[in-house]
Amino acid sequence: MSVLDATVKKVGTDESTGYSSFQLGSFTFTRDEYFAHVTWPKGSHIIEIDRFLRAMVRDIGWGFFYGWIFFDDIFGTTNHYGTVDVFAGSYDKGCKDAGIDFLETFKAEAVSEAFETIAKDWISEGYDPLNAPLETGTPIGPKGKERTDPLLRAFIAAERMLGLEGDTPTRSEEAGQKINRAFADLEMDEPEVECEEGFEGQLHAINLFDHIARSDVTWNPSISAVTRANICCVTSEEHMLPVIHGNDRNEWFIQLTDEIHWNIADKNSGAPRGRIVMKAGDVCAMPADIRHQGFAPKRSMLMVMENGTPDLEKRYASGELKPYPVDFG
Amino acid sequence: MAYKTRTGSLDSYDKGLIELNDDLRKYAFSNIFEVAGNAQPFERVAVVQNLEYVAEVVRSEGESPWYAAPHDEFAIVMDGEVTFHFVKLEDDQVPGHEGGAIRLGAKPNGPNMGRVKARRGHQVLLPQGAAYQLVSAKPSVAILQTVDGPETVKKWDEICVLKGEQA
Repeated sequence: MSVLDATVKKVGTDESTGYSSFQLGSFTFTRDEYFAHVTWPKGSHIIEIDRFLRAMVRDIGWGFFYGWIFFDDIFGTTNHYGTVDVFAGSYDKGCKDAGIDFLETFKAEAVSEAFETIAKDWISEGYDPLNAPLETGTPIGPKGKERTDPLLRAFIAAERMLGLEGDTPTRSEEAGQKINRAFADLEMDEPEVECEEGFEGQLHAINLFDHIARSDVTWNPSISAVTRANICCVTSEEHMLPVIHGNDRNEWFIQLTDEIHWNIADKNSGAPRGRIVMKAGDVCAMPADIRHQGFAPKRSMLMVMENGTPDLEKRYASGELKPYPVDFG
Repeated sequence: MAYKTRTGSLDSYDKGLIELNDDLRKYAFSNIFEVAGNAQPFERVAVVQNLEYVAEVVRSEGESPWYAAPHDEFAIVMDGEVTFHFVKLEDDQVPGHEGGAIRLGAKPNGPNMGRVKARRGHQVLLPQGAAYQLVSAKPSVAILQTVDGPETVKKWDEICVLKGEQA
């Protein structure tokens, strides 16, 4: 696998829409009022602009996450933790059969810089792709006023546990983070922590639901607690996961409130395998050989258990580890 | 528009469904309230396994044994109310096994550190170096984030949906 030493270049600006076009390696990115257009030496692809931007800002904010991020069935990225593949049609049977699939590998920083540059040019004031569709404007139309607030919000990540002294704080009213409208009916109270003299600060508890309910973004997890490499992520999910996630390891979902519908497909071919509907209290593994996309009719709370052990993806890719987590004996 | 947030409890929960053209064992689909309802009090039933890491579900009812682990663990209360009592362990009392909770024979003789009373949605640190006990006046449910250990109970065949039908 050769890694290209390329960085993003601006290649022109459309005078009628005001949007610029960009090149990274052999890929060119252009947008019009409704769509993003991705071209490469052997082909081209069109993606609805809201979906493209929602996927792109999450891909950057997640640090390309674990494994494959499909913006749709054709275009996406694969994280190799230091380098990133940008692909078109590489995991689509039609493109493969037609011989138009294409993949280039870049340094992760180069892809991150490229996507951030594109996002800044293509996102105008009044539209935030990290918000639920009901809570933001539209990206369609010509270029508007440039946004001045933070475009990207990365993971909120606790080192040990949210809210511990010296660790990442929980979201709060004092910080201007309001309870989301969809969780306004939940009664929130605080855990009662009583430390004996001499042990102040050694016991700790938070209202995790309150922290999740105050998130202003959807499908964008925060790490709440860490046991060695066992990472507890929590997130609020509304509308649809704007990417299709292809796992490079097993991960687990625990539905804390409400429900999410998951479409499951084969990771390599995209062939549908079926669906899973998770309701409050349901637990389900997402095996390492699938891709999945979630749909949440009402904003819900989801807990994701991830194994962050270094190089785990290589052990799954080599076949050393099975692509599913439980041995039933 | 007013929204209704749906949570689950021991007394009232709806399971989802799993409709896949695949071996359902690979997905290990279960429900924590069903698992807790069918378990013995304080039986720590694995519902998540990520190599050496697990999430266990426990029905807290009455007073649990005392536990300790060689690493941090975390509890999330999902139904009812659980009071966690903590005792500081001396260095030579901290368990030296690889991981997961072990059951202690009795309350350790170290100093009381205090207690945490937690209800639905609360996440509690069960710190390394402390022993802990769960106490609930009424049946309650908690998820424990920990490592696969001597107290982890595995009964995947019993708790998971294995046929392609309404879960």
